[in-house]
Amino acid sequence: MAKVVAVTGNEACANALRQVNPDVCGIYPITPQTDMMQRFASFIADGKVDTESILVESEHSSMSACIGAAAAGGRVITATSSQGLALMWEMLHIASGDRLPIVMPVVNRALSAPLNIHGDHSDAMGARDTGWIQLWSENGQEAYDNTIQAFRIAEHMDIRLPIMVCLDGFIISHSIERLEYLEDKQVKDFVGPFRNFLPLLDLAKPKSYGPLILTDLYHEYKRAQHEIMTKVKDVVLDVAKDFEKMSGRKYGIFESYRLEDADVAIVILNSAAGTTKDVIDQFREKGIKAGLLKPRLFRPFPFAEIADALKNAKAVCVMDRADSYGSYGPLFMEVASALYPLEKKPLLMNKIYGLGGRDYLPSHAAQVLTELNEIAKSGKVNVLKEYIGVRE
Amino acid sequence: MATPLTLKELSKKEDRFTHGHRMCSGCGAPVVVKIAMMATEYPVIVSNATGCLEVSSCISEFTAWNVPWIHTAFENAAATLSGVETMYRSLKKQGKFDQEVKFIAFGGDGGTYDIGFQSLSGAMERGHDMIYICYDNGAYMNTGIQRSSATPLGADTTTCPAGSVIPGKLRNRKNLTKIMAAHDIPYVAQASPSHWQDLFKKVQKAHEIKGPKFINVIAPCNRGWRSKTNDAIQLSRLAVNTCYWPLYEIEDGVTRITVTPKEKIPVAEFMKPQGRFKHLFTPENEGLLQRVQEEVDKEWAKLLKEAKTD
Repeated sequence: MAKVVAVTGNEACANALRQVNPDVCGIYPITPQTDMMQRFASFIADGKVDTESILVESEHSSMSACIGAAAAGGRVITATSSQGLALMWEMLHIASGDRLPIVMPVVNRALSAPLNIHGDHSDAMGARDTGWIQLWSENGQEAYDNTIQAFRIAEHMDIRLPIMVCLDGFIISHSIERLEYLEDKQVKDFVGPFRNFLPLLDLAKPKSYGPLILTDLYHEYKRAQHEIMTKVKDVVLDVAKDFEKMSGRKYGIFESYRLEDADVAIVILNSAAGTTKDVIDQFREKGIKAGLLKPRLFRPFPFAEIADALKNAKAVCVMDRADSYGSYGPLFMEVASALYPLEKKPLLMNKIYGLGGRDYLPSHAAQVLTELNEIAKSGKVNVLKEYIGVRE
Repeated sequence: MATPLTLKELSKKEDRFTHGHRMCSGCGAPVVVKIAMMATEYPVIVSNATGCLEVSSCISEFTAWNVPWIHTAFENAAATLSGVETMYRSLKKQGKFDQEVKFIAFGGDGGTYDIGFQSLSGAMERGHDMIYICYDNGAYMNTGIQRSSATPLGADTTTCPAGSVIPGKLRNRKNLTKIMAAHDIPYVAQASPSHWQDLFKKVQKAHEIKGPKFINVIAPCNRGWRSKTNDAIQLSRLAVNTCYWPLYEIEDGVTRITVTPKEKIPVAEFMKPQGRFKHLFTPENEGLLQRVQEEVDKEWAKLLKEAKTD
């Protein structure tokens, strides 16, 4: 039976990784991920997992070693944040290009400069085009559940791609929440044994990983990578269905909250969705039809489904906890692309919030919903991109 | 020893690095790789840094590697192989794999002395059971002969060109072999394809030692050295006989010179056939040429002092 506990997001993820019992783990510390990996190191030290750790000298080597280990043939994990993910950037492309199902919780944190160790989504957004699958998590429970499902998704024989499980630094990684753990055996059975595909350790049939591919074939390889991404959505949904059967917890490619009949809607990732839901309830009580869409699968981005979910709203605000300087926020750009093919589409605006751990308050959600309500009435957007909660 | 160390016997062995690769004719690197790959009967898994050897040996759907082989990026052959080796240990520990496998990483001097140095140092410190073999041709040859920290004093490269004011590289090469020895790993050696039995024995010995091993092998590059295409072995022999590239090993901290030249000849003999040093043989650069000789003499004297005499 499920066990109810009070734990941090980092502790929850570390426990999920323990229950999965991977073969190899790359470990390098970075705030706010450190706590997750040191907990996992204790599981190794206490013999609670069979995992061999590689205590690397950098995140670049961590991802390099994970790639080597995954190519050798086995289940591989690591975790990182912020500058660490940025340092891995080159190798992220190689992990996905080589189709290696590495699982990596990313504890989202701001990027330098200026140096900031607190939560925002700049790190994972910077890695959005590296060919990794990305799952995002609102709270510790979702981070735990996503981590378990990530193995089934990444290792699916139709996909074999690396996957990031994103959770907000400090807000989720270090806050204690009520959480339901699955039994070890449930997780073990759900994830199943690792199935090898073209392992280097198959000595009878030598493989070459990472050849030089010139203009004659490179284009085709990259197109094939995109083709594989188109299969991910169905796998994510199938795995979610099995997960629901086991846990009773339902997951999709995104979550809709009171969106069905909404006139105004906020699209927002991760922990800020929780705060927003409370404020949406308050606005519903005032008679304003407000709703929320919280993407879970950000890469590959489910364009058609998200367009369908938002198509009846009059005004939508996409809120980004990361920026693309000189452009719109990254989530906004995806949602705008999703809506563009629609003949009748909602009015759209972009708010940048909560950078570098700046609080996202219920008053911010209320401010956005009030503005959306006015836009819905007037049919006019005044400012397309704006920073909220910023000191003027 | 399983195979007598003669070319006749070795020629009967199956090639692990086969013909059909696209290295330049006259390149020293494939000779180094071929000998190194022959020097064990164990199954071997190879990790290769980006560089001449990698881009020329595994293109599109063709490979010259008759063993499992992985290339990921330029700076991380050691880190990548440490992952492969760790998975091997993990699966062995769990009873999921039972064969004895050896691990070799190959990198050029750019991917080893420079950008790959951190990854190499990390892997050695962690104690992975592997041999890292650097084939050192003294520059970034594959990208058009740019200076690396292995480029010798006075050499002309495209990023430290010999001009009217600056006569080529003004700094000594990094002594990576000594730096690796300072990691206190069980085995470090320097070798040359001209002394192929010495190279063979060093790789063979390294495979029998548990833990991290580093072997630095000189590998002439006629493109970058601007030498004749049939000169690679002769030049690497001159490198040894001038003591520019002494052959020695450091096993458990004990230094042993494995080949002592019958007669130590001037380093100019090694430099003269190479176009990259041409400018040093002019009256105005006499001083620099003298400095090169002094540096070689100083390093050789140091090595003689350190070496155990039988």
